[in-house]
Amino acid sequence: MRTLLVLTAALVWSFAANADSIAIINGTVHTVADGSVLNNATVVIEDDKIVAVGVDVYVPIGAIVIDAGGRPVTPGLMNVVTKMGLLEVGQVSGADDYTSVGAPFSAGFDVSAGLNPDSVLIPVTRVDGVTRAVTVPSAFGSVFWGLGAIVHLGTGTGLGDDMVVKARAAQYAGFGGRAADAMGGTRGGLAVFMRQAFDDALHYDANRRNFDQNRTRDYVLHQLDLDALVPVLEGDIPLVVTVNRASDMRVLVGLAEEYNIRMVFSSAREAWKVADDLAAAEIGVIIDPSNNLPTSFDNVYATLDNAKRLYDAGVKIAIATTSFNDYNNPRNVTQIAGVGVANGLPFDAALAAITRNPAELFGVDDEYGTLEVGKDADVVVWEGDPLEVTVLPTDVIIKGKVMPLDSRQIRLRDRYRDLSDPEPMQFR
Amino acid sequence: MRAAYLTASTVVAALSLVSAGQLQAQTTTSDAGQRLATVNRDPYPSTYVPRPAQLTALIGATVLDGAGGMIENGTIIMSDGKIMSVGTDVDIPAGATMVNANGKWVTSGIIDIHSHIGIGPVPNTGASGDVNETTSPNTAQVWAEHAVWPQDPAFGRAIAGGVTTQHISVGSANLFGGRTVVVKNVPARTTQGMKFPGAKQGVKMACGENPKRVYGDKSGPSTRMASFAGYREAWYDALQYQYDWDLYDAKVQQGDPAAKPPKRDLKKETLALALSGDILVQMHCYRADEMALVLDMAKEFGYHVATFHHAVEAYKIADLLAEAGTCGAMWSDWWGFKLESFDGIRENIALVDAAENGCAIVHSDSNVGIQILNQEAAKSMAAGNRMGLGITKGEAWQWLSLNPARALQIDEQTGSLEAGKMADVVIWDGDPFSVYTRAERVYIDGALTYDRNDPNRQFLSDFEVGYVEHGDLR
Repeated sequence: MRTLLVLTAALVWSFAANADSIAIINGTVHTVADGSVLNNATVVIEDDKIVAVGVDVYVPIGAIVIDAGGRPVTPGLMNVVTKMGLLEVGQVSGADDYTSVGAPFSAGFDVSAGLNPDSVLIPVTRVDGVTRAVTVPSAFGSVFWGLGAIVHLGTGTGLGDDMVVKARAAQYAGFGGRAADAMGGTRGGLAVFMRQAFDDALHYDANRRNFDQNRTRDYVLHQLDLDALVPVLEGDIPLVVTVNRASDMRVLVGLAEEYNIRMVFSSAREAWKVADDLAAAEIGVIIDPSNNLPTSFDNVYATLDNAKRLYDAGVKIAIATTSFNDYNNPRNVTQIAGVGVANGLPFDAALAAITRNPAELFGVDDEYGTLEVGKDADVVVWEGDPLEVTVLPTDVIIKGKVMPLDSRQIRLRDRYRDLSDPEPMQFR
Repeated sequence: MRAAYLTASTVVAALSLVSAGQLQAQTTTSDAGQRLATVNRDPYPSTYVPRPAQLTALIGATVLDGAGGMIENGTIIMSDGKIMSVGTDVDIPAGATMVNANGKWVTSGIIDIHSHIGIGPVPNTGASGDVNETTSPNTAQVWAEHAVWPQDPAFGRAIAGGVTTQHISVGSANLFGGRTVVVKNVPARTTQGMKFPGAKQGVKMACGENPKRVYGDKSGPSTRMASFAGYREAWYDALQYQYDWDLYDAKVQQGDPAAKPPKRDLKKETLALALSGDILVQMHCYRADEMALVLDMAKEFGYHVATFHHAVEAYKIADLLAEAGTCGAMWSDWWGFKLESFDGIRENIALVDAAENGCAIVHSDSNVGIQILNQEAAKSMAAGNRMGLGITKGEAWQWLSLNPARALQIDEQTGSLEAGKMADVVIWDGDPFSVYTRAERVYIDGALTYDRNDPNRQFLSDFEVGYVEHGDLR
C-alpha cells in the first residue's frame, strides 16, 4: 500500500532527507473527535504529530503516501487493561512481573520501574492495531495493587526503548468478595481499611516533617504506599478499582465523593445496575462486554447488555480485555468491542471506548485518542470494519513511525507454512 | 473399527506363546464388551428424549451445511426431529410451519468438543468445581458425568451462541483424567437427561506442563519422561487386565468350572476400553514433539488418538496428524499463557485444515469462548485466507460441526445438515462469520430450544431464579 509520491526525483531526494512526513489519502477517517466520519479524507503526519486531517488537505511533497483506498482509518487503539512489558509468558516465574506478592508495600508498587520494552508480546499486539496500553498491576492479596503506567507499543522500531508515556498514571485497588480476603474476608473490613488508608495518606501528607522525625501516629500502610496514595487524594491520578457487585460500587461511589477521588471501575459487570449513580458521579467504567456469566456471587447480574445500558445512562466507557485469560491477547479488544455493538452499543461509542474514552479516563487525551491536529500520530488503516473479527490493519503508525507488520508469530507461521520443504526449520 | 473378535481358542493359543510381560499389541484387539460380558457398560444410561418437534420449513436462507457446503437461498425441512431435506429446490410438505429465513443464515449446530460446563460451573467456587481429581496422576476411574450440574447457567449462554452439543471433559491435571461425556445442550433435570444417546465416552489424557506442575512436588511425574513412563505403565496394566479377562472368558467358554473372574478394576477398565476403541482417546497436548511421541505410543499399544486438544503447535506437524487420522481441536488465537503455548499462531487451525485429510476443530475450553465459537472460526478463516489458503465459509463451518462430530464418532447422527440426521440447526440473524451476528433460533432434534425473541425460550437456570426473570440477562 505504501508508495512514494514521486513528483520529481530531485524533490523527493531533497525533502526525504529532512522531513518525516506521511500522508494517508483516500481514507474513511474516523476522527473519534466528534463522531464524524470523513470520506475520501487525508491525514497528514509530520514527525510524531498529526498536522492535518480533512478532505481538502494537501499532501506535502516528499511525504510517504499511504493510499487507504476508501478503507477505514482510525486512531491507534488503546487497551487499558494489559500486562504489556510485565508479562512475557504466563506461569513462568521471572517472565511475569505483574503481581506483587509478599512485598512489604502495595500501593507503592510501580510497574514502570520494571518494564521490558523488548517483549515479543508488543509487536504481536501492535500489528493488530493496538498502539497504546495501560500496564496494570494486580496484587490480589492486598487492597491496593500499585501504580499502573501508560505505554506505547512502538518499541524496537527506532522510537527508542522507553515505552513509558506516563508513569504512575493510576493507582489500582480491588473491592469485593475476593479483595475482602485481604482484610479478614469482609467487605465491611475492606471499606474501613480503605477509609483509614485515605485518612492516613492525608495525615501523612500534612505531617511529612513529623513523619521524618518519627513523631506521627501509626499508619496502616507503608510510607511508599502513603506516598503513592497522595496523588489519588489530590485528584491528580485516578483510582481504578476492580469491582463487580453493584452494592460494592455504591460504597465506592460514596468513598469517591467523601474523599473527592477520581474513581474508575474496572470489570464492573453489574455496573448497569448503578448506571445512573455512576453517570451522576462521573465515574467511568472499564468493561469487557462479552463477560456475561455469574462467575461468582459478585456478578450474579452480569449480562451482555452491560455496555449498552451504561452507554444509555451516559456513563463513560472504556472497553478492555479485563479477563485473566486475555493477558496475552490484548489485541482482541476489537472483538469484544464488536460484541458490545452486537448487543446494542452504537459503533461510534464502541470505537470511542477503545480510543478517546480511555485517553480521557487516564488523563492523556491532550496527546492521544483522536485524529486531530496536534495529537500524537497513532494512526491505523484497516482492511475493513476495524471491529470485525476477520479484519486486521494494513498499516500501523505509532508516534509518526510506520510499524513493520512483523511479529514472532508471523515469523513462526512463515517458517512452518511449507512442511514438505526438506530444509530443516532451524535453517529457515 | 479395530475391535475385531477373537475366538477363545485363538486367545488362548496366542497367550500361550507370550508371557504376560511380553504382551504384544495384537493381543489387545479382542472385544472388551464380550470379555466383560457380565459388566453393565452403561449403568447411567441416557434418558434424553427430544422435545416435541413440529414439521418445519426454513425458507430462503444462506445455508452452511456443516459438511463443507454453502447454499444460497436454501430451504431446510425438519420432520420428526430429523433433517428431511436441504436444497434450493425442495418440496415443502403440507402442514409444515413455515419460517421465513430470508436474509438469515442457517447452519448446522455448533459442537464444542472441549467444554467444562457443568463440572466447572459458574459461580466458580471450590464447592462447585469438579474438573480435576488432583489426588493421583491416573484417575481413569472417574467419570465427568458424575459431576455435571445441569443447572450451570453457562449451558443457557452456550445455546445462545448456537451450541447444540458439548463434549464435557475432565481437566488436564492428570496423565489419565477420567472419562468424558457427550451431551446435547438441552434443558434437563438430570445429567442423564442431557446425555447424547449412544455417544461413546472418551478418556481424557494430558501431556506436558500440567501433570508436572500438579504432581511435581507430590508423587510425580515431575518430568515429561515420567509422564510417558506413567502412560506406558498404565497401558501395560490395561493389557494385563485384558489378558486376565481374556483368559477367564476362554476358560468359561471351554466349560472350566473352576474359572474365577478377575477382580474388576475401574481404572484399568477405562484404559482397556480405550485400547479396544470402545472409549475414545481425547488428549490435551500443546507441543508438536510431544504429540509426535504420543502418536508413536498409540502405535506401541494399538490404540487411536481421536483428538489432540489445544494442540497449539499442531501447525508444525499438521502432516503427521493427518496421516494418523487424528484431529486437532484448537483455539483460534490463545497463546503465551504458559510456556508450552508460547509458539501459538493465528493460522494454526487453518494450517491443520490445509493438510491433506487434515481434521481441524475450533474448541472453546471456556464458558465465554463457547458463546462466540463462530467468531473464533472467523478469525482462523481470515488468518488462513490472508496467507492464501482460500478457505470458504462452508469449509470453515466444518471446524465447528462435522469435524468435531467425526472426532466424537457422532457424525452418523449429527454434525451436518444431511437428510436423516438430527435436526440440530441454528438460524443466525446474518453472516455468522461477523462479530455483529447473533444466533436467533436454535433447534435441537427439531425442537425450538432457544429463541432470542422469546424470553420463555431462553434458559433460566435454577441458580438464576429469584435473582432475575426470563430474558433479563443474556
